[in-house]
Amino acid sequence: MPNSRQATRFEDTVLPHLDAAYNLARWLTRNHHDAEDVMQDAFLRAFRFFGGCRPGDARPWLLRIVRNAAYDWLRANRPAELCSLDEHGLEHGNGPGDDPDCVLDGRTAAPDDPETHAMKEAERRLVNRLIADLPVAYREVIVLRELNDLSYREIAGIAGVPMGTVMSRLSRARQMLQAAWDATNATEGPRGL
Amino acid sequence: MDCSDTRRLIDASLDGELDLPAQLALEAHTAACAACREAYARRRALVRRVRVGGESFAMPDALRRRLLDSLPQGEPSPNPVPAPVRRWPWGKAWSWPWAWLTGGLSLASAALAVALTLVVIMPGRDAALERDLVDAHLRSLMADHLTDVPSSDRHTVKPWFNGRIDLSPPVPDLAEQGFPLAGGRLDYVDGRPVAVLVYRRARHVINLFVWPEPADPADAPRFRGAQGYNVLHWTGPGLALWAVSDLNRGELEDFQRLWSQASRSS
Repeated sequence: MPNSRQATRFEDTVLPHLDAAYNLARWLTRNHHDAEDVMQDAFLRAFRFFGGCRPGDARPWLLRIVRNAAYDWLRANRPAELCSLDEHGLEHGNGPGDDPDCVLDGRTAAPDDPETHAMKEAERRLVNRLIADLPVAYREVIVLRELNDLSYREIAGIAGVPMGTVMSRLSRARQMLQAAWDATNATEGPRGL
Repeated sequence: MDCSDTRRLIDASLDGELDLPAQLALEAHTAACAACREAYARRRALVRRVRVGGESFAMPDALRRRLLDSLPQGEPSPNPVPAPVRRWPWGKAWSWPWAWLTGGLSLASAALAVALTLVVIMPGRDAALERDLVDAHLRSLMADHLTDVPSSDRHTVKPWFNGRIDLSPPVPDLAEQGFPLAGGRLDYVDGRPVAVLVYRRARHVINLFVWPEPADPADAPRFRGAQGYNVLHWTGPGLALWAVSDLNRGELEDFQRLWSQASRSS
């Protein structure tokens, strides 16, 4: 039953955060095409549930909807990516790689040949590939923290987990990135981290 | 704090999420322990690398248009001209069907209608002021002109305003509560010079605009969002206070509470 005034208010509220929302969808699905599906779903949900948005909390509110839409999409289309997200898994020291049922594409990424590219550009691409290779629960906290600069409290609200979990996931995600970075550099020679 | 505690807390420290005692303990340990110092530096380098190299994907225009077109209303204009009522900053969609009833009634109710009109216009004026404040906030961040007097010492910041502006704002120190003072500056809002106190929360900046204004003691803090920023307004003794930040609502309200308490007791 949204009327036109509400529609305008919806736009005023949501428009400033669309880039952040798309960025999250893009990182969680890892490609534009699927991110587009997620955004369309999320946008309609946001419009329908706009009454639940407190003024001033629009950004975390929208990101939470996008995050849920992305997880629903993954559940329907790539369930393997969500397989170790329940309680027994990641938070208690078992790396996702320890779970034999969980097949994650490309996580043990072999470095491709960066010789022909400028070093800086190669590093940038490597960083992005390593983020993309993280399991989704870790990728999500890295994107929300490093790229959206959200606080632990905000991330906890968006991901629907306690702040302690945000802290341990973020820490573990960085460990994984660091290990992958070191492994890549060990096979390709030092790059002066 | 030992090595394993330190390793566990390095990330929270880098993220500005440790409370002050833990942060100090961690710094004391890393000052003495070369291995932890190196672990800290490596992790900091990694975080910087991810932040600098990690891609932020902007939404493609075509998708943005498609999403907006999918709204039931059809043709939403990208830059709607704000009508005062629609911009009601408290956010609840409300209407006053009965306001129209006064139209055909007696003189007395015509006066009432005028009063109602004033009430309707006032939020519009407030909204304009809010936009002014958010613009000033953005200017301070973009022009790299956050402070005229960069100092975390309130005994430096407070006297700096003397002679520059017709008030001496309270400058409480909230570093222990996680809102360190970054400094002060003069800014122009609503056509007059105002004092701005700059506080930080982790990587967020809070601009607190202060000017003299007779206070209504019944005024409770009012929260609004404008242009994607959060704005919190309250009054102190003879002062109007407006905090603008990209900080979330809960933390901005914490800030307001702590600031008011501390300024009363200082």
